[in-house]
Amino acid sequence: MKFVDEFRDPDKARALIREIETLLPQIPRADERPLQIMEFCGGHTHTIFRYGLEQMLPGAIELVHGPGCPVCVLPMGRVDDCVALAERPEVIFTTFGDAMRVPGSKKSLLQAKAEGADVRMVYSPLDALALARANPDREVIFFALGFETTMPSTALTVLAAEREGIDNFSLFCNHITTVPTIKAILDSPDMQIDAFLAPGHVSMVVGEAPFRFVAEDYGKPIVVTGFEPLDILQSLWMVIRQLAEGRCEVENQYRRIVPPEGNSAGLEAVAKVFELREFFEWRGLGSIDHSGVRMREEYAHFDAERKFPVPSLKIADPRSCQCGEVLKGVIRPWECKVYGRQCTPQTPMGALMVSSEGACAAYYQYGRLAVEAQRGKTG
Amino acid sequence: MCLGIPGQIVEIVDHENLMARVDVAGVRREINIACIIDDAHPPEACVGDWVLVHVGFAMSRIDEAEARKTLALLDQLGEVEAELATMRASEAPA
Ligand code: SF4
Repeated sequence: MKFVDEFRDPDKARALIREIETLLPQIPRADERPLQIMEFCGGHTHTIFRYGLEQMLPGAIELVHGPGCPVCVLPMGRVDDCVALAERPEVIFTTFGDAMRVPGSKKSLLQAKAEGADVRMVYSPLDALALARANPDREVIFFALGFETTMPSTALTVLAAEREGIDNFSLFCNHITTVPTIKAILDSPDMQIDAFLAPGHVSMVVGEAPFRFVAEDYGKPIVVTGFEPLDILQSLWMVIRQLAEGRCEVENQYRRIVPPEGNSAGLEAVAKVFELREFFEWRGLGSIDHSGVRMREEYAHFDAERKFPVPSLKIADPRSCQCGEVLKGVIRPWECKVYGRQCTPQTPMGALMVSSEGACAAYYQYGRLAVEAQRGKTG
Repeated sequence: MCLGIPGQIVEIVDHENLMARVDVAGVRREINIACIIDDAHPPEACVGDWVLVHVGFAMSRIDEAEARKTLALLDQLGEVEAELATMRASEAPA
């Protein structure tokens, strides 16, 4: 237990691991194949690698690192659209820093900036709105991306722009939704996941109810989980306990932040500004029904996709990429043919190498030890 | 992007637009508080609140002891510095 001393409460961590080990033999079929538990959220993936949590767990538990990194799952065609928007002379294109390096089919936003496009990194959509206020003769576009966690902030920013009558501000909306995506994973024929850790900060906005279908319709335990290493260990213990007791429910480990009903002011703003798209394209997973939102007709004048022409071309992922299989837990990152060879964090081919929240990049960065340990475990 | 950071609200700067100044590990910036207020907890009551700050928005009120523990842990991971660097690097007009 190499990293356990870094925990806020190392004794509690050890006790949880012991508890998990005691419960495992009570789970039917646990001796036939490893239990697969998916953490959906990239923030969890990051904590798991940073603390080497996988190495602390018994060999019978396998963590599958889900698609919950919004930067990673952005399809190349959408990055191309960003670049096309950013290269318009009247546009100031604003984005969170972690989207700058994502490769498009020709270039990233960072490369477009180096070639003269006015691309600016912002911390908050409010900063993009402030840029619009300060540059009335330019068009400021905010690259809105992220799951439900960041939707209230962009929705509230649009509502503020409307209140103030700022009409040189718009969103390039790439928000994606968690629930349809978990459903798509559950519906995929090669799926073997036994239980889920639900994303804590998405739940802070949407509440517990949207995850009930995982337990009720698919019979899988799911626990709303915080981002500290102890949170994750405790949630793993909670799903294992459900499996051992033959229960499947939504439980909330992260009550200190997540109210069961979510955040009503945030949800109200989201419902006002956004509506579901028929489908949205994901890098690695393909098209998923209702997995993204666009702006409602009433806010069309704040929608960059309607204000400006965008190429919206569909660019297929390179054939050798196996991101989809990694995302669903069918193969492990290092089993992808191009992992660590053609595909590295410096030269990402696939979505999961792009940010440190992507499973492949996380393995590459922190996980060499874990890979060795896993290889030892699975022979 | 999705992690957020705890901070303490020090003053309300714009009642109408629900903007407050927050102190995050010694760095101050304006954030929006629309998601943490309701009739029982109006803007005035937010001064002194510890909140989880997420891309410029207070998303949840948290207990002070929890907030401090989380900050200490994030600090140990170098993530407080990273978040503050992102805030400072934001190319917004002053
Ligand atoms: S190694 Fe690269 S291509 Fe293969 S699954 Fe990972 S990110 Fe995708």
